[in-house]
Amino acid sequence: MADLSIDFCGIKSPNPFWLASAPPTNSGPQIMRAFDAGWGGAVWKTLGDPITNVTSRFWSHDYGNTRMMGLNNIELITDRPLEVNLKEMYEVKKRYPKNVVIASLMVESKANWKEIIKRAEDTGCDGLELNFGCPHGMCERGMGSAVGQEPKVLEEITRWAMEYARTPVIIKLTPNTGDINEPGEAAARGGAPALSLINTVKSLLGVDLDRMVPNPRVGNKSTNGGYCGPAVKPIALHMMSQLAKNPATRHMAISGIGGISNWRDAAEFISLGATSVQVCTAVMHYGYRIVEDMIEGLSDFLDSKNMKSVNELRGQALGAYAEWGELDLNYNLKARINPETCIGCNLCQTACMDGAHQCIFIPGHTKAEYEKAGHTHIPDSIPAVPVKAAGAIGRHLPVVDDHECVGCNLCHLVCPVPGTITMTEVPGTIGHAETWNDRVAQGRDINPGSMQSTLEKRGLVGK
Amino acid sequence: MHPLPVLPDGRLEQRFSESKPAYSQAEAVTEANRCLYCVDAPCIKACPTGIDIPTFIHKISTGNTTGAARTIFKDNVLGASCARVCPVETLCAGACVYNAWEREPIAIGRLQRFATEATLEQRPLSSLLPAKKPATGKKVAIIGAGPASIAAAGLLALEGHQAVLFERKEIPGGLNTLGIAPYKQSGNAALAEIQAVFGLGDIQLMTGVEVVAGQGGDGKVSAESLLKDFDAVFLGLGLGADSKLGVTGEQGAGVWGAVELIERIKADPTLTLAGVKRALVIGGGNTAIDVAHELKLLGIDEVAMVYRRGASAMSGYAHELASARKHGVRLIEHRAVSEFQRDAAGKVVGAKFSRTENGKPVEGGEETLSCELVALAIGQATATQVATAFTGVALDKHGNVVVDPTTHRTGNAKVWSGGDCVNGGKEVVNAVQEAKIAVRDMLRALRSEVTHG
Repeated sequence: MADLSIDFCGIKSPNPFWLASAPPTNSGPQIMRAFDAGWGGAVWKTLGDPITNVTSRFWSHDYGNTRMMGLNNIELITDRPLEVNLKEMYEVKKRYPKNVVIASLMVESKANWKEIIKRAEDTGCDGLELNFGCPHGMCERGMGSAVGQEPKVLEEITRWAMEYARTPVIIKLTPNTGDINEPGEAAARGGAPALSLINTVKSLLGVDLDRMVPNPRVGNKSTNGGYCGPAVKPIALHMMSQLAKNPATRHMAISGIGGISNWRDAAEFISLGATSVQVCTAVMHYGYRIVEDMIEGLSDFLDSKNMKSVNELRGQALGAYAEWGELDLNYNLKARINPETCIGCNLCQTACMDGAHQCIFIPGHTKAEYEKAGHTHIPDSIPAVPVKAAGAIGRHLPVVDDHECVGCNLCHLVCPVPGTITMTEVPGTIGHAETWNDRVAQGRDINPGSMQSTLEKRGLVGK
Repeated sequence: MHPLPVLPDGRLEQRFSESKPAYSQAEAVTEANRCLYCVDAPCIKACPTGIDIPTFIHKISTGNTTGAARTIFKDNVLGASCARVCPVETLCAGACVYNAWEREPIAIGRLQRFATEATLEQRPLSSLLPAKKPATGKKVAIIGAGPASIAAAGLLALEGHQAVLFERKEIPGGLNTLGIAPYKQSGNAALAEIQAVFGLGDIQLMTGVEVVAGQGGDGKVSAESLLKDFDAVFLGLGLGADSKLGVTGEQGAGVWGAVELIERIKADPTLTLAGVKRALVIGGGNTAIDVAHELKLLGIDEVAMVYRRGASAMSGYAHELASARKHGVRLIEHRAVSEFQRDAAGKVVGAKFSRTENGKPVEGGEETLSCELVALAIGQATATQVATAFTGVALDKHGNVVVDPTTHRTGNAKVWSGGDCVNGGKEVVNAVQEAKIAVRDMLRALRSEVTHG
């Protein structure tokens, strides 16, 4: 069984699975139950001057029968007295010395930072996470994402924290910024050894159309909140990877956050540079118990890849995250449809017709009918192969016209039967690997039909 | 238009609960979200009326229930009935691609029922169909008031024509009102749908009227006068009386025609089944399965279907037989009844059977079964006499009205026909489609008359 323990810039954790600072880490009793379930660490619900919350705080973005694909919240930092939180933090750390407890902090003045850092560390917590990410409620008061969006302020407060802190300082970043590198580099300049990202995405979840009030509704009004859950995972992966690659930040430990719901999501974040991962929405949906699958799944995955430790996984996929200009223009895929498993729903055909390159044909029509339907290239032969699945009487396998197929994956993505449409590698049209950057280097970066080539043809510009 | 009759309370039909209860909106949306929204979908091809099923299901999933109902009614004006009474297992749902994937097919019938019922509770059928055209002054006589006739009347009325229905019985709707298994659709639900269709335009209903070959008169109207007084005629005659076996003991109380018995269960508050502990149903079609299933659900201890061939040769649907057997109906295969036995008072006490081979009785193995009730479900006669009362209307060797399948026009240029009297006995959905074809051609003919006139 692979070793899941990690060393997060000096913080030892039995596994990389931490609870993010959020409702699941609101109190000591909750966190102790989480540790009993197997969570390696927990970032306490952000401490600061206690606030007053509103009633009606969350709303969900559902898709089809999938509940809570995305979750939005307008809850603020902790509403419990600082004393209570600190006392419980002390208790938790005393009873669970091997588990990681991180104090998430958000205050305003330098004096307050000094005070709260000292008091948090006095509980015996393992580290500090500075919440520069919260995009609702707190940012209007000059905290949270208001700091994360101002690199100079972020750097300044990071310096203060580094001056006062005895434990590792993690800077939690907001995704609500044009370029994540800027706050990330500011945190590095401020001397912080670690980053965590992403905090929630500023959002307005939807509208109650009968009342004409956005959701979640607080009486007759709503407000923008922070969006999280499976829907934000791709955004988080991108931002985190940027900082994992950035020469100015890549030395920092990263705690990956954003839509992580299972071991597979966690493995992806780790493969792109995360040391630990933080989870919130999936626990809010299904409870602390999901960590059992996360531990087991990640461990078995590492075993299957002959990795002895989760540390071997870290950053494995980062090298393959390239710029567009480094991609091989000769790489060539064609869609292949399996007659044994196709059920004849034709979703691939309509997706290709209206959303891609009009290269999938339903057999049994005339050339004129295909033209009328919108096909621009009609292959000589469109064989009518019956769909083999029992009960699929009279249905025919859609036919891919290789001539027009650009290998975009869309049909593969819409097909409801896993494994039925595969994207198969075929010899490329150029005959050798070549990237756009190669072409730029060789001065061949003008395609036929470009504005530049048109102007050249007309003799309006020189070649 | 006067309100249609409502069936009185106290009928046996009212003791049944629905086999497929209505979906709530949440249930409907959840089921609708399972639909793959296929393109060129096989379910559409399997629907005799060609309802755009994936589109209406998609609309349910987005909360556009009214739009879903519009999509359904556009192709099937009796979409509410069909949602409940269609054998979806052998039609749309049977063609669902999920079957090919060994997954549960989409519950298309229940979704259609949700869309149509939920919408009709909010707004009239007329608001879901194209606006009625101005009155043309043309009149169409419609003989019979079963599903084909009701559909034809509605479609003609939308085009501005007057439709006058002549119905032999007091209750309109034909088998859709009086023959559907009560656990699928109640008679009053069918009548409510007819009321909705009658709201589409100028539709008159004459009940208790028989169409005859000769002179009209009290409760009778002559075919000849209809041809003279109306611009067109539609024959939606349905089928005739239950067929008889012609064996000893068949005549008299206790031996019912299945269609007649079902009609009494649905419409007659005086019918009781007191004293009946054992019932025999003779036949292997859907009517046989239905009546056996109904008798069993009404609490009769032993209900057995007796069929002269094996189960695989039955014309009744396998899924209906399975459901009836699940509720306790027994099937006795390869037996033919040779005599019904009655006691001195004339009460049915049993039936004698022969063993059969290839459906024919053979020597040896005769047996007797006790019973207090028999239902004969061996077919129905055809409405031959009404059909032939119209000059030029011909019948095939089965007694079905002969039509051009592309127009549903009969040998008489003014007479069209559809439904059971043409197809020999199919589903409500087939009747609707045949009415659609007939009306389409009728409209062409009525238009050209205007042009020439």
